[in-house]
Amino acid sequence: MWRVGTVVALHDETPTARTITLQVADWPSHVAGQHVDVRLTASDGYSAVRSYSIASAPNSEGRVELTVERLPDGEVSPYLTQELAVGDRVELRGPIGGWFVWRSQQTEPIQLIAGGSGIVPLMAMVRSRASARSTVPFRLLYSVREPGAVFYRDELQAISSRGGSVTLTYAYTRATPKDWPRLPGRIDASLIAETNWSSKLIPTCYVCGPTSFVESTAALLVTCGNRPDKIRTERFGPTGGRNEFH
Amino acid sequence: MGTISRGLFGRRTVADVKLPPGQYLTTDFPVLSAGPTPHIALEKWEFTIDDGTNVLRRWNWKSFRELPTENITVDLHCVTRWSKLGTHWEGVSLDTILGEIETDAEYAMVRSYGDYTTNLPIVDLRNKQAWIAFRFDDEDLAPEHGGPARLLVPHLYLWKSAKWVRGIRLMHEDQPGFWESLGYHDYGDPWREQRYSGDE
Amino acid sequence: MARQAVAMSSTNYDYLDGNAAAGELSKVFAVDITTAEGRCGECGTTKCLAEAHLYMHGPGLVARCPACEHVLLRLVNVREHMFLDFRGMTYLRLDTSRSEEAS
Repeated sequence: MWRVGTVVALHDETPTARTITLQVADWPSHVAGQHVDVRLTASDGYSAVRSYSIASAPNSEGRVELTVERLPDGEVSPYLTQELAVGDRVELRGPIGGWFVWRSQQTEPIQLIAGGSGIVPLMAMVRSRASARSTVPFRLLYSVREPGAVFYRDELQAISSRGGSVTLTYAYTRATPKDWPRLPGRIDASLIAETNWSSKLIPTCYVCGPTSFVESTAALLVTCGNRPDKIRTERFGPTGGRNEFH
Repeated sequence: MGTISRGLFGRRTVADVKLPPGQYLTTDFPVLSAGPTPHIALEKWEFTIDDGTNVLRRWNWKSFRELPTENITVDLHCVTRWSKLGTHWEGVSLDTILGEIETDAEYAMVRSYGDYTTNLPIVDLRNKQAWIAFRFDDEDLAPEHGGPARLLVPHLYLWKSAKWVRGIRLMHEDQPGFWESLGYHDYGDPWREQRYSGDE
Repeated sequence: MARQAVAMSSTNYDYLDGNAAAGELSKVFAVDITTAEGRCGECGTTKCLAEAHLYMHGPGLVARCPACEHVLLRLVNVREHMFLDFRGMTYLRLDTSRSEEAS
């Protein structure tokens, strides 16, 4: 069932990623972690569908924010990040997905681990926690290539410095900020041991990002003692972008 | 038609190139898959022809590579609507492979490493219409494109050109393969746009 | 089908997971079946459909067991119809209690 969303705001997160705020009539609200399918149709009838995680917290105003990363060989992402203008309309289907979600009724500690654009649904969870005024302890481990690739930097900074709420750790894989205590590199068991909730607390872990990132991170979490049934994953495919289905 | 996206350009066909109906031209080589890419060690690779009961012919990589090969240039048409023209391959003709086999079976089930299958009439494998291809664009065929060897049957939609091919089963009665059993056309002629079962 | 002596490695990481199929399945199912637990007909592993390895970039959608890559589910769109094959699962366990709406 396709609904029409109107672009009401655009905000660049990085040189290649843009947050698109849509106003959707009759939007049934959503749960943090869900995604939408976006359909674009050219004037010659050609259409393309892509899935994007919802970045915004659940709300009753019909507001849906998507953060789209421009993929180098993408067909849809260049359009969404460069051509789409305020006032334009897109079709969306959703909200979709009941597995990779966080509800404010959950009481256990939450571990979020993001690889690149995998931060989007996890940010919805962080925002959902804030708008529900939840005091559930969250830890977020956010892995990016380099500092310029971080989404929502200011907001994450504000949230994490508000003591005792969300603990944020960045992991840089290619280039770090000056005087960073760790060499650039992928997440490993020692970083998890240092920064994650102890598995003894039986946290629920949410891992999202490119498929290879999710596989290796989930395996590390299990090695560190987390139960597989406490690890929820969402894979974005080899490049981090979900491809078209025919 | 749904909400139109201002400024989104659909794929265009090149005016002076004739494509099968509903296809568009691509210059890259999309990788479509129904499962993980198998990685087959050449020393374990085999290609067999059987009739469901007996193995009629078997080649290992060494004996397969001793067969005469051909260099061919063909057009590829995928049922997902992309076409790639003028692709260069090296392979062994199915006329060579099937050459000495005497059979009154009319159908073939092509089988791949992994669980993929596709069916087609044996006549469509003969008469310079099909190859077991192992080189693409002057390089060894990459695993994601079906290497070490794939079937190539360019006159049919590309799902018939089974990747990671490992054998052919000769059949007296037609049976549908992986996609043919779930809504795709049994034959798949792109020029008659036979994408789905029920298409004329 | 007997497994060949072949490394069925997924090192290409070109798959998604069952979450990505939820949109397609929502065309025909009133409930989200990706949260349903399924049992692989080949190896007996039981997991949510959301955890299956999903191959969507092809003529159809194929969901495979994350443990043994056996085909659990196949889906093809043909014009106004959707062909579904669930034979790869011994069962799919659906929740019939009133599930909470997205709040």
